[in-house]
Amino acid sequence: MTALRPTDFPHRHLLDIEGLSSRDITTLLDLAEQYVDLNRGFEKKLSRLHGRTQINLFFETSTRTRTSFELAGKRLGADVINMSVEGSSIKKGETLIDTAMTLNAMQPDVMVVRHHDSGAVDLLAQKVDGAVINAGDGSHAHPTQALLDALTIRRRKKTLSGLIVAICGDIMHSRVARSNIQLLAIMGALVRVVAPPTLLPPAIDRLGVEVHQNMREGLRDADIVMMLRLQTERMQGSFVPSVREYFHFYGLDRKKLALAKPDALIMHPGPMNRGVEIDTEVADDIHRSAIREQVEMGVAVRMASLELLTHSSAARAHRAA
Amino acid sequence: MSAARTASTRTAYINARLLDPASGLDAPGALLVEDGRIADLGPRLFADGVPEGVEAIDCEEHCLAPGLVDVRAFLGEPGAEHKETIATGTEAAAAGGVTTVISTPDTNPVIDNVPLVEFLARQADESARVRVRPMAAVTKGLKGQEMTEMGMLAEAGAVALSDGFHTIRSSRVMRRALAYAGNFGVLICHHTEDPDLAADGCMNEGEVATRLGLAGIPCAAETIMIDRDVRLVELTDGRYHAAGVSTPAAAATIRAAKARGLDVSCAVAPPHFALNETEVGDYRTFAKISPPLRSEADRQGMVEALRDGAIDIISSAHAPEDPESKRQPFAQAAFGSVGLETLLPITLGLYHNGNLGLLEALAKVTCNPARRFGLEAGTLEKGAPADLVLFDLGVPWKIDAEKLHSKAKNSAFDGRPVQGRATRTVVGGHTIYRWTNGA
Repeated sequence: MTALRPTDFPHRHLLDIEGLSSRDITTLLDLAEQYVDLNRGFEKKLSRLHGRTQINLFFETSTRTRTSFELAGKRLGADVINMSVEGSSIKKGETLIDTAMTLNAMQPDVMVVRHHDSGAVDLLAQKVDGAVINAGDGSHAHPTQALLDALTIRRRKKTLSGLIVAICGDIMHSRVARSNIQLLAIMGALVRVVAPPTLLPPAIDRLGVEVHQNMREGLRDADIVMMLRLQTERMQGSFVPSVREYFHFYGLDRKKLALAKPDALIMHPGPMNRGVEIDTEVADDIHRSAIREQVEMGVAVRMASLELLTHSSAARAHRAA
Repeated sequence: MSAARTASTRTAYINARLLDPASGLDAPGALLVEDGRIADLGPRLFADGVPEGVEAIDCEEHCLAPGLVDVRAFLGEPGAEHKETIATGTEAAAAGGVTTVISTPDTNPVIDNVPLVEFLARQADESARVRVRPMAAVTKGLKGQEMTEMGMLAEAGAVALSDGFHTIRSSRVMRRALAYAGNFGVLICHHTEDPDLAADGCMNEGEVATRLGLAGIPCAAETIMIDRDVRLVELTDGRYHAAGVSTPAAAATIRAAKARGLDVSCAVAPPHFALNETEVGDYRTFAKISPPLRSEADRQGMVEALRDGAIDIISSAHAPEDPESKRQPFAQAAFGSVGLETLLPITLGLYHNGNLGLLEALAKVTCNPARRFGLEAGTLEKGAPADLVLFDLGVPWKIDAEKLHSKAKNSAFDGRPVQGRATRTVVGGHTIYRWTNGA
C-alpha cells in the first residue's frame, strides 16, 4: 500500500461534501479502494490508527452505520468506544455542547457523530480538538454515505463523470440525497431527483439537479437508480396518500426499471422497505443490484476517512497549535 | 346507462336555432346525429330536405345547444338514498337539460378509495339517465387530514377531487394536496368557507341576520379561505377550482390570480346571482344554503363577475335534503338547495335580464365546465358526443318544487316565475327527456 502524505487531505473534519474538491474525493476513494482488498483478505487488521481513540457518538439509533464505523476503526487498530444517547434524554443546544466538552476532555482523536438535527454535528465540531466525522445530521448531510456510493459506482462503471444518476424517493427528508447531489455534481455526473412534489424540497432545482415528478421520465436512460426510503420518522402529517399508491407511482419495479439503461445499477442506502419503494425481485437481482456491495464499500470508505483525517495536515496543524 | 348505447340510425334536427358557445355559432340551421355523435351541422344543412332513411326532428325554431355540464351535484349514493339517488338525480338533470353530472364525493361512505369510484361507475351504468362522472375526496373521510390515493383515483376515473361541502382547514394539508394532485394534473375543487369563522352561522352576517336573531357567516369566511388557497396555488403550481363563490371579493381574488397566470377558476351557484338574503324572510329554510345567500350588492357583484369572466362556471350545487332535515328551526335545518332542474332557466335569466349574451350565459354551463374538468362535452363540434338540449327560450313558467323530478324538493327557487325550459334532452343521440307545453 502506498504511503500517505500529510498534505493529501487538507481538512480537519469530514462534516459535509461541500468544501471537498474532486481531488480530495479521488484521494479518499483511491485509498478506500486499497482497503476493499484488505477487507476481502484473511488478515484484516492494520496498525495505522494504533494508539488513537475513536468515539462513536450516536444521538440517533443506527445499526449499520455505527457497526461500519466501529469495524473501520478497529481494522485500523484504533481503540473504539461506542456511545449511544437516547434522543430524548439529551436536549439540543448547550447540553449537546456540554456533552462535546466532556468527551473532548477524554482526548479522543476522532469522534464519529450522528444527530437527528441538521447542523448539530457542525456545532459539536466547533467545540472539540480532535477530528469529527459526520455520520448523518438531520436532513442535512451524510458524507460517508455519498462517498461509499461513489466508490460503488466507480468500481462498477469505472468513472462517475457523465453518468446519469436518478435519485428517487423521499428527497425532502434525505441527507443521503443532499450529500449525493453535491458529490456527484463535483465529480461530473448528471443528477436527477425523482419524487412526488410533496417529497421534493423547495427550490431543489437550484442545487443543479434535473427534477422529475414522473418516475418513468426520471428513469429514462439512467445509468444509476438510487432508491431512498420513505423517512416516516421525519414526517409530520401525510406526504403521500398510502404505501400502495406510493409503490404504484414511485416504487421501483421491473416495468419502471426497464426505462433505465439495460445495465443500470440499482442502489439503496438502506434500510430497505420492500414493497414500499422497491420491489423484492428488483432489490435481489444479483446482476443489477449493488445494495450489498454498498455496505461493503462503507467499511472501506470509513477506514479511508478515519485515516485521512487523523493524518491530515489540517489535523496536525491544529494539534500543533 | 342508456347514454352508453349508440344510435344506429341517423337523426336530423331541423329548423333549429343552433347555439354553440364554444365556436360562437348562433344561427338557424340543422344538425345531424350519426352513431351517437354530431356528424354535421350548419345553416345550409338539409336545406333541400332530409334524405331517405334519416329520422327528422322538427325543432320548431327552438334553441339547440350542447347539453349542460354540471360540475357539482350531490347524487345521494351511497348512503343518502332517502334524499336522492343516481336515478332520481339524473332524472332531474334530464328534465333540466343537463347531460353530464359531476357528482360530489361527500356520501356515506365517502368516495375516497378506488373500489368506491368503481362502485359509482357501476351504479351509474345501471341507473343513470345522463352521463355521471364522479369526483373523489381530497382527504380520507373528508377529515381534512390525510390525502387520498389521488393518482390511483384519477386512474380509476375520478374527474376531479373535492371534499364536497367540507373546507380543508389545515393550510399544510391543502398545500400538499394541491402539490400532489397537481402532479397528476388533477383539479382540486374546494368549498371555501373558513369553518372557524363560519362556526354556528346559518345565514349571511348583517342587518337581516341581526333582525332575525340568527348567527351570521361573514363574507370574510369566504374571502380569507380563497385568499389562502390562491397563495397555496402560487406556492405549489396546483390546479384549483373554487367550487362556489358568493362574494365579489372572492371573485376579485380569482380574477387577480388568473391575471397572474395561476391555474385557477371558480363557479357560482344560481342562488348567488339570482337571489339575496332577504329570501330567508320569515325563516324559510329552503333559502338556507352554503355559502349563504348574501346581500343585494353581493348578488349584483356576482352578476358582474360572471360578465367580466372572473367566474367561469355556473354549477347547480345540487344539495337535496329530505323534509325532516329542512322542517326544523332555521339554525338547525340543513344547508342546501336542489338545483339540477333549475340550472338552465335561472342561467337563461341572465340573458333575459340583459346581463349576459345568450352564448355567454350558455358557455358558463356548457363548454367552460367541460374544458375545465377535461370532459369531451359541452360543444356542438363535429365528432363530439350528441349530448344536446333543445329549449324554448321564451316560454314563461313558474318553478314548483313539488313538480321537480328530484327526490328532494328543497328548491330555493320554489314559486319563482322564470322564462325558458328544456323541451328535449338528448344523450349520445338518444332522446331521454321530452316536455310539451301544457302536457
